[in-house]
Amino acid sequence: MKKVAIVGYAQHKILPNAGALNEVELLMPVVHKVFADLGISQDDIGFTCSGSCDYLQGAAFAFVEGLSAIQTHPPIKESHVEMDAAWALYESILKVKMGDAETALVYGFGKSSPGNLDSIISLQMDPYYISPLWPDRVSLAALQARVLLEQKIITAEEMMAAVVESRKHAASNPNALITDLLSEDLYNSNNYKSSPLRALDCPPISDGASAMIIASEDKAFEYTDHPIWIEGIDHRIESSNLGSRDLATSPTIESSAKLLQLENINFDVAELHTQFSHELPFLQKLLNLGDVPINLSGGPLVGNVMMCAGLDAIGKTYESLVKNQLKHGLAHATSGPCLQHNMLVHLERQS
Amino acid sequence: MSETKTNLLEAPFELSYKYKRSSGPVMSKFFEALGDKKILGTKSKAQKVFAPAAEFDPQTRETLTDLTEVGPGGVIESWSWVHQPSDHHLLQIPFAFALIKLDGADTAMLHMISGCQESDLSIGARVTATWSDTPTESITDIKHFTLEL
Amino acid sequence: MSSDQTPKDYRESLIHLEYQYTAGSATTTFLNQVKEGRLVGQACPKCKAVYVPPRGSCPRDGIATTIEVPLTDKGCIESFTVVHIPIPGNPIVPPYVCAMVRLDKANISFLHLIQGVEIEDIRIGMRVQAVWKPKEEWTHSLENIKWFAPIDEPDIDVSTLRFKEA
Repeated sequence: MKKVAIVGYAQHKILPNAGALNEVELLMPVVHKVFADLGISQDDIGFTCSGSCDYLQGAAFAFVEGLSAIQTHPPIKESHVEMDAAWALYESILKVKMGDAETALVYGFGKSSPGNLDSIISLQMDPYYISPLWPDRVSLAALQARVLLEQKIITAEEMMAAVVESRKHAASNPNALITDLLSEDLYNSNNYKSSPLRALDCPPISDGASAMIIASEDKAFEYTDHPIWIEGIDHRIESSNLGSRDLATSPTIESSAKLLQLENINFDVAELHTQFSHELPFLQKLLNLGDVPINLSGGPLVGNVMMCAGLDAIGKTYESLVKNQLKHGLAHATSGPCLQHNMLVHLERQS
Repeated sequence: MSETKTNLLEAPFELSYKYKRSSGPVMSKFFEALGDKKILGTKSKAQKVFAPAAEFDPQTRETLTDLTEVGPGGVIESWSWVHQPSDHHLLQIPFAFALIKLDGADTAMLHMISGCQESDLSIGARVTATWSDTPTESITDIKHFTLEL
Repeated sequence: MSSDQTPKDYRESLIHLEYQYTAGSATTTFLNQVKEGRLVGQACPKCKAVYVPPRGSCPRDGIATTIEVPLTDKGCIESFTVVHIPIPGNPIVPPYVCAMVRLDKANISFLHLIQGVEIEDIRIGMRVQAVWKPKEEWTHSLENIKWFAPIDEPDIDVSTLRFKEA
């Protein structure tokens, strides 16, 4: 089967409250940017797919409004996932692989500022046994953090390092929401939100949008001599029965890593969709990433646009490979409580 | 509507829906039993007990219909301590969300623990159900769990 | 169905979320004008299509609608429906008429009420004008217009309203 390459990516600066900008106004500049970078327009796009969640901003059919940001006349081939746009990318890759399109535009947008993200995320849980208890997303993540700490799979020091490092890396990411450096003392004096997670272990409420363009093997070389190939992509989901899961491990990530034969690859860089500090050392060990530089963008801890941050991990990996002429990159996207649903993407730069 | 400093219009907006959910044959029995202060699990052919009652085994995909009583005591598998409850939380004083493996069960149940300090809790500690005075045959018929004396 | 008749197999489950919604710049500009009793659309600089209410972009071309276009409160009925079934929470007593009202010079229509006419006399192409609430009741809302009512002008052939490329 023919390969698919990422040929363009653009990200809106992540904002704490986009206020002035509605979804369309957030999205339009990044779509225009990703087109302008390649000197193309919507006319050159064979398939368009977006990721967003209407509950975030409380606006019904916001994804339809989102379409107003792109040229839809004459009518276009288009689809949407009520998920992170990483899954819109997955659908788009299938379209291109099937030969239905030579190019695809993928975009995601999210405004978490208008609503209460903690309450909203409660509603994605089992509506019989879990949602009626209104568990917030931080408390659920904290359940996994405690298991990992208790079983000594990770340490509190590693959690702190994940936060402190993310701030250092953010300095070189012009789109990061949080760029202040953080001292260990400041971290240690930070209040707990839901123990064992401090407020600083959690990602900031973020608004933003991102767009990506992929192309078929034949088409990719029209845009670049060094396409970034999507060498492998796999996603799997764990049971919605939270109490039946073993939170000390991730069978989904292990299966995907095996299928993609990641153990044979020396990665130069990785961007992981680790929204909470404990998830970074956990996945680092699970994926045997050892000395591989992780989340050089700062990752979700310095800006976490819901429905976008997974696509951003893939986009940031792409940018690293392009900018630093690196060979192998690994990206991870997730959704659901306690890393329930995971996607792994292996990117490789054409030499 | 009100105007912000940047002259943008803002308005509070409430999204509210009342759904009627069908609990199905297994969960209906679970909820009915809760009204009688009993907690039910379901048992697989391999004698693995899922509690709260699950309709299927996510690993083997086996349909589960064999109901069995579990709890009301159990042990903490993990917990998180909510320092400042928000408006949506059902308890308005600091409390824990916890995964609790009920006696006789092999899987854990998410619920709340109240009536204690954070420092009183540990993985493996025993807790037991405290029942609501106004049962509605829902998961909140268990008001929360408390540490066993 | 009252609660005592509800089959036991159904349980009520309430979802309730609160938001602080921000209108965005295009809608803010539009509603600020509506508060003053004016209807101002936005036009696409490329295809010149006029959008009211504006959302800040032209979905035909995918670019920002940067041109402000003052419009009258007159237009015609592009389509309509007679509502016979009461909608929970809606104070209007059926039967009543909802119509897609196309303002003069606009290229899209919006939903509003038609009153001041017998229902059987309402027809596509009928000329209508906004009936505004008293000025002291105006807010940032299209509810400043109570409804649209017919005016004594010849009907319009709505097929002539179809968008033509500039």
